[in-house]
Formats: sequence, C-alpha cells, structure tokens
Amino acid sequence: MSASEKPVMIVTGARKGIGRYLVEHYLAKGYLVEGCSRGKADISDSSYKHHEVDVADEKGVRGMVADITKRHGRIDAVLNNAAIASMNHVLLTPAKSANRMLEVNVTGTMLVCRDAAKVMIRRKYGRIVNFTTIVAPIALAGEAVYAASKSAVVTFTRILAFELGQWGITCNSFGATPIMTDMIKGVPQDKIDAVVNNLAIKRLGTHQDCANVCDFFISPSSDNITGQVIYLGGVT
Amino acid sequence: MIARNDAYEIVIASLKEVFAQVGETPPASISDDTVLVGADAVLDSLGVVQLIVEVEQRVEAAHSISVTLANDKAMSARNSPFRTVGVLADHVVATAQEAAS
Repeated sequence: MSASEKPVMIVTGARKGIGRYLVEHYLAKGYLVEGCSRGKADISDSSYKHHEVDVADEKGVRGMVADITKRHGRIDAVLNNAAIASMNHVLLTPAKSANRMLEVNVTGTMLVCRDAAKVMIRRKYGRIVNFTTIVAPIALAGEAVYAASKSAVVTFTRILAFELGQWGITCNSFGATPIMTDMIKGVPQDKIDAVVNNLAIKRLGTHQDCANVCDFFISPSSDNITGQVIYLGGVT
Repeated sequence: MIARNDAYEIVIASLKEVFAQVGETPPASISDDTVLVGADAVLDSLGVVQLIVEVEQRVEAAHSISVTLANDKAMSARNSPFRTVGVLADHVVATAQEAAS
C-alpha cells in the first residue's frame, strides 16, 4: 500500500494522563495517532485509533505495529510513555512487583522501539522519544526499582540512537518532574513538595511541558539531536 | 503457510534489496548455499540485521503473516537459522507456520 500523507505517531499509555494529553496535542497538529493501553480509551477522533495492548506483550505489540503498517504504510514518531510505578521501600518490594515494572518500563519500551523501527527504516526517517523520570538522577528514596527501570530506559535509548542513527532515526529520552497524574496520586504531598523544592524551577511539571520537549525531539529539524536526555526543572 | 520456494524467493529478493540499499553489487550467483553469517559471509553483521527486517516485511506484505525471525528459539539455536540463504528460507517457512498456528 502507499503510505498515508499525514505523519503517523504511536503513543503508548494513551488512555489517560500525559499520554492522553499528547494524543490530543498531536491530533491537533495533524498527526494520525495510534494509541495503546491495556484498557479501552474514550478518545473519539477519526484520526485516532486505540489498541488494547500491553506493551510488555511481544505478540500484542507486533500485531499493533503490523496493523498500523497495513493501514498507513509508515510510522514517523513513537512516544513511549507507558509505564508503571510502585512507590515502596525496597525492603518491602515483592519480586513480582519489581519484575512487572521492568517488564513494562524496559521490555515494553524496547518492544515498541524495535517493531516501530523496523517500519521506520524503510523511509529512513523516525523519531523515538522514550519517557524516563527525574527520580532516577535525584535518587529518590522509595522509588528504587522504578528509578532503576527508567535508568535502563535512558541507557537503552542512548545505545538505540547509535544502532538506528544510520537510518535517520533519532532516539531521545525525556524525564518529567512530578505531574499530577494517577501515577503519583498515592505519593504523600510532603514527599512531592520536597522534590519540587529541590528543583531549579520550583513547580510541578505540566502536560504542556511534556509536549514542548516532545515537539522539539520529533521536529524534522532535530535530525542531529539523538541519544540525549532532557529533564525538566533543572535536573541533570 | 508459505511454500519453501516462495520463502526462498523472498530471501533472494531481500538480499538483493539489502545490497541495493548500501549501493553494492550482489554476488553474481546466489543459491541455497550462499553464506550469510560467519566466515565467507556475503554480508556484514549489520547487513544481516537489514536482511532479517527486509524478509519479515516482505513476508508480511506478500502473505499477511507477521513474523519475528529473530525469536527466542532462533537466537538460542545451536546452529544459526540465518547462516545460509537456504537455511534462512527454511526458517521463514517454519516461523510462518508457527505464527499462523
């Protein structure tokens, strides 16, 4: 089939929170957006299709990418936003919980990158943004496994940049400061305040902050920006 | 299901495509015995990666079967299923059969 004229983007974890905002942001910019999450989504737009896929499910991801390729013939950008977090002292963290975080946050990110990149290389163009977190560089107590999984995402993305660069595919990581989403709704307010007070810009992150960084990374002009990580709020 | 001959043709076409993409001339003669991996290979390691992706995409386009050739079984096999054109064609047939079942 011939490729769609409009650029095609995959957003994982699209059902709510940052993912949902990014879906709407890029629909408004004229993208054909393919979102996924484990559950159904109530996003109604002729340029949007939702896939009920767990990113850690290899067969599910493969099927989703095959379906997108069949309908659109191209994938221009991937925003790997899907993740799970479990705030817990390491002494109280069950192996099952740790494994699930690694499965979704690391393996899931890898699977979507792998299968999307196989499509991107045909057109020698692609933009991949993998979501990490500031809790890794700030070494936030209570987030050891989650932070470790996101550190893995950063390292994976840096190396991915070298493996895919020859095909015009850029790969970058983005780490947001705390944003009021379901993921942090269980985190005590004093803990969030302590994190924010240690930032250079002392405020919570916003969905717009995330879109701003993604806009930069996925811009066609950013073809020489790869293997980088941008954190909000002054974190390095 | 993919017939062995169809799989073989896909591998040959993919191999030629990989050479075209890097601007090199493919070997004058390509057969079942053409070596893809290891000593005497006609491709470098990156070329093999490109070949596998190209074969997967051609299988999907021509037969509507979504396959992952570098699967766990392939990567842990004692003998690489990518070592020659013929062995790869056999692997395509077997993997497509598994994917369809």
